[in-house]
Amino acid sequence: MHLAYPAVLSALLFCTGLYGVLARRNAILVLMSVELMLNAVNLNLVAFDVWLSKAAEETLHSGQALTLFTIAIAAAEIGIGLAIVLAVHRNRGTADIDKLRDTAEGHGTEDTDRDALTAAEAEKAEATA
Amino acid sequence: MSLAATTGGLAATAPSGLTGRGAALAAETHGFLSPTGVEIAFLLVGLVTFGAAIVTVTTRQLVHAALWLVVALGGLAVEYLLLTAEFIAWVQVLIYVGSVVVLLLFGLMLTRAPIGRSPDADSGNRWAALTVAVAAAAALVWVVVDAFRTTWIDLDGPAAGSTQATGASLFQNWVLPFEALSVLLLAALVGAIVLSRKAKAEPTGAAGGRGDTPGPARTAGRALAGGPAAGHGTPGRTRRDGARADARTDDARAGRQADNAGAGDKAGTEGGDR
Repeated sequence: MHLAYPAVLSALLFCTGLYGVLARRNAILVLMSVELMLNAVNLNLVAFDVWLSKAAEETLHSGQALTLFTIAIAAAEIGIGLAIVLAVHRNRGTADIDKLRDTAEGHGTEDTDRDALTAAEAEKAEATA
Repeated sequence: MSLAATTGGLAATAPSGLTGRGAALAAETHGFLSPTGVEIAFLLVGLVTFGAAIVTVTTRQLVHAALWLVVALGGLAVEYLLLTAEFIAWVQVLIYVGSVVVLLLFGLMLTRAPIGRSPDADSGNRWAALTVAVAAAAALVWVVVDAFRTTWIDLDGPAAGSTQATGASLFQNWVLPFEALSVLLLAALVGAIVLSRKAKAEPTGAAGGRGDTPGPARTAGRALAGGPAAGHGTPGRTRRDGARADARTDDARAGRQADNAGAGDKAGTEGGDR
């Protein structure tokens, strides 16, 4: 098989995931796009491992081992990511990442920031007193 | 242009150095315009996979996006099978299709995603995102095709990714990373539980408040119902108390829903880490 087939498919899948990460607004859809990007990398790793195991007599099978590790890390990532998204949804009532602007600069959130700051300072003063 | 020249030169020298076979000889034994059956199958499954991925990132129905993701991941499993990586293919089916997509569906359900079309699935910067993605795709495809123009995968002989080969290499050469990975999975499990529990501690604080909300809510409701008949207190004050009690019961309901979400979230993350 020509090596360009899996390489091109992997590049296209990666860019599809890139578009999804940049364009989606719901946090869970962003996580799905991240999964697509990780899978594109996995396909690349497997294709190059199969190529090199025959062409270069590479017996470590490093590509497939890395693919298994990537799959396991992706499973851990999706678990933690969903826990974070659900915690945010529980506290804020939304999973919309465009509305989570607490750390953004210059979007008119200075007042609430200052309020939160003064509240934190008051709390600290209360704790020290 | 110089980048393409260097990558092309790299690719032309790499396989000949690795295999001891000239790139020109490889190009003679394989034809560009006579694809083999495996290549045709790979191309067709790849088209299905790519189409499903496109639908996943563009559809406005959130649940459909998760279901099209199943098609894309299953297509990738077939591609692994075509590349003779059997073990990876079945791991892909088990973990991605079996648990990750189920977890994503759980997440969609727990964040109360709308079932039908949601108009705000895409943010305002989708044209910028499309530009970036198309530019990246063009650059990557150009470089990759130019670099690996004369490289073929030899799929004959024993499978490169059979369970025996993968297991032997994994437990002979990759034991230490394997064990480290198990520790990482344990850390992720503990982390998910901690995230869920810390968020659960706040609704229990709200649940303490919930215990005494029925009291005032009931009395205010009685005052609202019996207010005009009994005639004690001004009507305006009674109505305001009733509104406040309604707001309180709304709070209590939200707290209860958050509680339920916490319980389901814990079950979901446990299932995923297993």
